Amino acid sequence: MGRYVSRRLLQMIPVFFGTTLLIFLMVNVMGDPVAGLCGDRRCDPATAARLRVEFGLDQPVWQQYATYMGNVFTGDFGTAFNGQKVTELMGTAFPVTVRLAVVAVVFEVVIGISLGVLTGLRRGRPADTGVLLVTLVVVSVPTFVTGLLLQLLLGVKWGIVAPAVSSMATVDELLVPGLVLASVSLAYVTRLTRTSVAENARADYVRTAVAKGLPRRRVVSRHLLRNSLIPVVTFIGTDVGALMGGAIVTERIFNIHGVGFQLYQGIVRQSSQTVVGFVTVLVLVFLLANLIVDLLYAVLDPRIRYA
Amino acid sequence: MPEPPYGPDAAVSEAGAGGATDLALDEGQAREEGSGGGPPDPGPAGRPRSLWSDARRDLRRNPVFVVSGLVIVFLVVISLWPSLIASGNPLHCDLGKAQEGSRPGHPFGFDGQGCDVYTRTVYGARTSVTVGVCSTLGVALLGSVLGGLAGFFGGGWDALLSRITDVFFGIPVVLGGLVFLSVVTSTTVWPVIGFIVLLGWPQIARIARGSVITVQQNDYVQAARALGASNSRMLLRHVAPNAVAPVIVVATIALGTYISLEATLSFLGVGLRPPAVSMGIDISAASSYVRNAPHMLLWPAGALAVTVLAFIMLGDAVRDALDPKLR
Repeated sequence: MGRYVSRRLLQMIPVFFGTTLLIFLMVNVMGDPVAGLCGDRRCDPATAARLRVEFGLDQPVWQQYATYMGNVFTGDFGTAFNGQKVTELMGTAFPVTVRLAVVAVVFEVVIGISLGVLTGLRRGRPADTGVLLVTLVVVSVPTFVTGLLLQLLLGVKWGIVAPAVSSMATVDELLVPGLVLASVSLAYVTRLTRTSVAENARADYVRTAVAKGLPRRRVVSRHLLRNSLIPVVTFIGTDVGALMGGAIVTERIFNIHGVGFQLYQGIVRQSSQTVVGFVTVLVLVFLLANLIVDLLYAVLDPRIRYA
Repeated sequence: MPEPPYGPDAAVSEAGAGGATDLALDEGQAREEGSGGGPPDPGPAGRPRSLWSDARRDLRRNPVFVVSGLVIVFLVVISLWPSLIASGNPLHCDLGKAQEGSRPGHPFGFDGQGCDVYTRTVYGARTSVTVGVCSTLGVALLGSVLGGLAGFFGGGWDALLSRITDVFFGIPVVLGGLVFLSVVTSTTVWPVIGFIVLLGWPQIARIARGSVITVQQNDYVQAARALGASNSRMLLRHVAPNAVAPVIVVATIALGTYISLEATLSFLGVGLRPPAVSMGIDISAASSYVRNAPHMLLWPAGALAVTVLAFIMLGDAVRDALDPKLR
């Protein structure tokens, strides 16, 4: 296990640097990092040149990247366009998005797995077909359409919830945005659980458990579910990283001041430090989530042993 | 369930499925026409039924495939000739009619600038289909060539390609789109298509690579190698035809998600930019008038949902038909 973990950690290093380099190049070579510093007008050439020297933008790109990474590893993500430290922005934004992502994951687990088990045990019945069709629709409709429609219905027409989230972003305010953020993955979790349950329901050990005379509840919850959930846990684990990055759209619709909001502001105001910093952290979260999922796999399934 | 009629309609809907057609299949169809919907007969002497003819038979009987196929044919036709059903100009707007509801000749009403929502939705569907088809072609071509070659030859290039795909998988798509497209100022569809191809090819490359590696272990490939077939002959005659099915399935489903992605990016303001007509732009603009004029939001949103749904359902049906393990 220890050897496997260290090998995986070593493999993560080139991926981490490759991804961050790609983002760094996109922002700093294709865009103009100085352009956003003079407000809406263009910087006059002399000021721009002075700023370039001041920020080290006159150096070769690889050197800029190396300097930036050196700073990141000492905890310095640079400053945003308005002079605020990027780490400060992260401090306010990440808790909000983490809360949103947690709400979304809870929805995925509770609704997704229950629906998956229900339909998996009733394959081919009307309830199964109905849920399958609904999941297909949910997967197909873009998240921003789902979000706007729910906002229109629940927030504006029926007035059940507030249409926008306050700057506090408490958990009960985040219920509807969390559901929107979770919607697509929720449908995938349902489908995955359904397939997995239906497959395992025919397994020998389930028949044995039924033959022993165990109550149906116990067969399903202890024997069937435990084995069926392995692929589902994998999916939800990798999804955590994706949810953090995918929150841009949801946060835009419900006006949540989280990671997506800061990133969007960073891009609109051409604050390259903010963008590269946030994306670097998101990539790291994504990679770590994948690693944890792989390790969890071995814990859940005794047949898998990492040398 | 009733079988779809043969003749021009069926032929068009199957051409709309794209890619999955094969010359040999037409003979099978002609033969089946005589036998009616009877039990599957084993092909003529010496011609075993292929995966493709089985899949074709399954698809024709699948109502999901028929319905989504017809919707897609309709979408493709109005993308090629939008003036068939929308005579107006999507950029012709009359501020005096801003936010008005539907009326004869303008079934979807008018948007915040007084443009006809119906015309704009039709032209927006055209953009969606263009982006979806072009990016899928690009992604499928680039991904299957790179992935297939890496899987076939293995070695250092294969390892390098795997690492490169890992890097691309580390970037969340919408995030990458925001960063990449925010510096582009073009109002055409090409930057969006270019971006989707850039971020989409690793997915197909992985599928193609895995598929080629699986196929390569088959006896007939080993036999061809033993008989001294050249690399290019083995690749084109033996490996590629047998490894292409998973690529087609993933590409069909991806087409739907690319349409959705274009709309999402346009909604965020970085995909297509006005005066380009996109349902994403219209939905974004409509979302601020939602209290007074929800029709401006609901029509394009509904049209977008149906468009994406049709492509994803088609992909789903094609997968069920092409993957014997799922039966």
